[in-house]
Amino acid sequence: MTSLGEQVTTQTPPDTAAAVSLRGLRKTFGEVAAVDGVDLDLAEGEFFSMLGPSGSGKTTVLRMIAGFEEPTAGRILLGGVDVTERPPYARDVNTVFQDYALFPHMSVLQNVEYGLRVKGVDRRSRRTRALEALETVRLEGFGDRRPSQLSGGQRQRVALARALVNRPKLLLLDEPLGALDLKLRREMQLELKALQRDVGITFVFVTHDQEEALTMSDRIAVFNGGRIEQLAGPAELYEHPASAFVAGFVGTSNLLEGDVAAAVLGTPGLFTVRPEKIDMHTRDAAAGPGSCTATGVVREVVYLGSATQAVVDLDAGGSLIVLQQNRSVQDQLAHRGAQVRLTWRREHTVEIGGSA
Amino acid sequence: MMSSLHRHPRVRLGLLLGPPILWLGVAYLGALAALFVTALWSQNSFTGVIEREWTLDSFRTLFTVEVYRTIALRTIGVALLVTLIDAVVAFPIALYMSKVARPGLRRFLLVAVLMPLWASYLVKAYAWRGMFAEGGLVSSMFEAVGLKSPGFGLTATVVTLAYLWLPYMILPIYAGLERLPDSLLEASADLGAKTPQTIRRVILPVVVPAMVAGSIFTFSLTLGDYIAVRIVGGTNQLLGNVVYDNVGAANNLPFAAAVATIPVVVMLGYLAAVRRTGAMESL
Repeated sequence: MTSLGEQVTTQTPPDTAAAVSLRGLRKTFGEVAAVDGVDLDLAEGEFFSMLGPSGSGKTTVLRMIAGFEEPTAGRILLGGVDVTERPPYARDVNTVFQDYALFPHMSVLQNVEYGLRVKGVDRRSRRTRALEALETVRLEGFGDRRPSQLSGGQRQRVALARALVNRPKLLLLDEPLGALDLKLRREMQLELKALQRDVGITFVFVTHDQEEALTMSDRIAVFNGGRIEQLAGPAELYEHPASAFVAGFVGTSNLLEGDVAAAVLGTPGLFTVRPEKIDMHTRDAAAGPGSCTATGVVREVVYLGSATQAVVDLDAGGSLIVLQQNRSVQDQLAHRGAQVRLTWRREHTVEIGGSA
Repeated sequence: MMSSLHRHPRVRLGLLLGPPILWLGVAYLGALAALFVTALWSQNSFTGVIEREWTLDSFRTLFTVEVYRTIALRTIGVALLVTLIDAVVAFPIALYMSKVARPGLRRFLLVAVLMPLWASYLVKAYAWRGMFAEGGLVSSMFEAVGLKSPGFGLTATVVTLAYLWLPYMILPIYAGLERLPDSLLEASADLGAKTPQTIRRVILPVVVPAMVAGSIFTFSLTLGDYIAVRIVGGTNQLLGNVVYDNVGAANNLPFAAAVATIPVVVMLGYLAAVRRTGAMESL
């Protein structure tokens, strides 16, 4: 599971130390274990996402890498060097905060220059580098403005420039797109990904948005209850979820278990089928060879624009969600109460290894 | 009655705001106007009767007699010093309360800061008198390290006033720091700043308006004070004492009024100056 997905662009010689290594990382707040034993190795230049619901420990892991939280147990290594005891200012890591955390009393340029300034870089070269960084995030000419005069998306870019100008080995992003509207968010996702490819810095991206994680990442760690449920590339994660939790959190949960699985698939166990893999036919249609099939009644229909989602109650019990592209204008099957037959190819039935 | 009030919102507003505006207008601004008018009258030096004719005599005396100039400058100096001491002492306390202390300790410290405000002014001033007196805590501490105790005087006055007004400086700074998101401090450390740099470049600039807001209290309260200096100030006089003596013993109301305009004018100048820092929004 620790091998890199095929989308990794940067070649990493096998003998160099990982950009980040977490060893048995734990963090407890009082009685509660926010992070409960996390081991990770991130490669140089990787776009790595930590995905999970709120309270799953992903942000706490990020904050421990940055140095804002002290681990209760475990070690943090950056480029092979143990930094567990080091304060944030002594780590070659920069963070883009969820609320951007721009200094309100400084101009945009002063914000971007801040890291260089406190490190004693001389005025001229820090100005040059700050202007370059602003150019990188397409904010030329905004240097004299105050953060309060910028839009959410622009602030986000300033925060990015302020972090990148220090040329850190590792950039941590704590749900940086959370406050943006959907359209801007999609734009920024692609932009961030392109930026990461250009600068070649390892990105650790925390999000609770599975689509965001799938879009941008080389690898994704799915967090649940302070542990990593699955660590894999986006396609692997989506097509072969290791647990019912991952199947549900990444994509729509379509589980067949126990008796239902036995009736539909012929074997008891825990299986999942992605909604877009299922075809919906009239009840008397014949299922082809190599197909799985189940009959049922449409309970709910949701029109999504490009597609229509139907919830089908199976005659064998349980229900499946079906997603159909809206190729033709009307589909007589997509109405409540319709008697339907669902079919999908056998290889699209994925058995889930983990516990239910 | 109620329904007719509903139908006449202006009447309702008038009834609601009338009494307080009357109070503000007559009792407050009216009194201030009366003060200025009185300052422009004079007193018959023989009979002591106030003569209601316009004259600048009181102000002329105020500006030409050197002792009054000295007292005015001394008062302003003491007010500045008290403000400065309070700012320097209050900042670390407020910083600790808002950013370091855990919630339980924070509540305790907040109560500890507010508690002295419940005690009588006189009790606190006399407590300092006891400490500065011969054989008191302050003098014995000075003697223990081989120094002479400052005794009663301006030093004791400054210390006592700085103590009395400290909560008025801590609370605005504390409130200002509460509004400063922790993520700004983390961002500063994340970008490579050590704690002193973070304090200087991030915390202080954000807190300065709150400090100025606090200074309005410490400065104006000191300008008007005449009791603490009586109790611990030895023979020193501040402007308040001059006003007090002229209202009481000398019965020269016009001159007292003229003296009382000095703090008002100084305060107006101070407020005009601090308005530019945005402190008014922090009050």
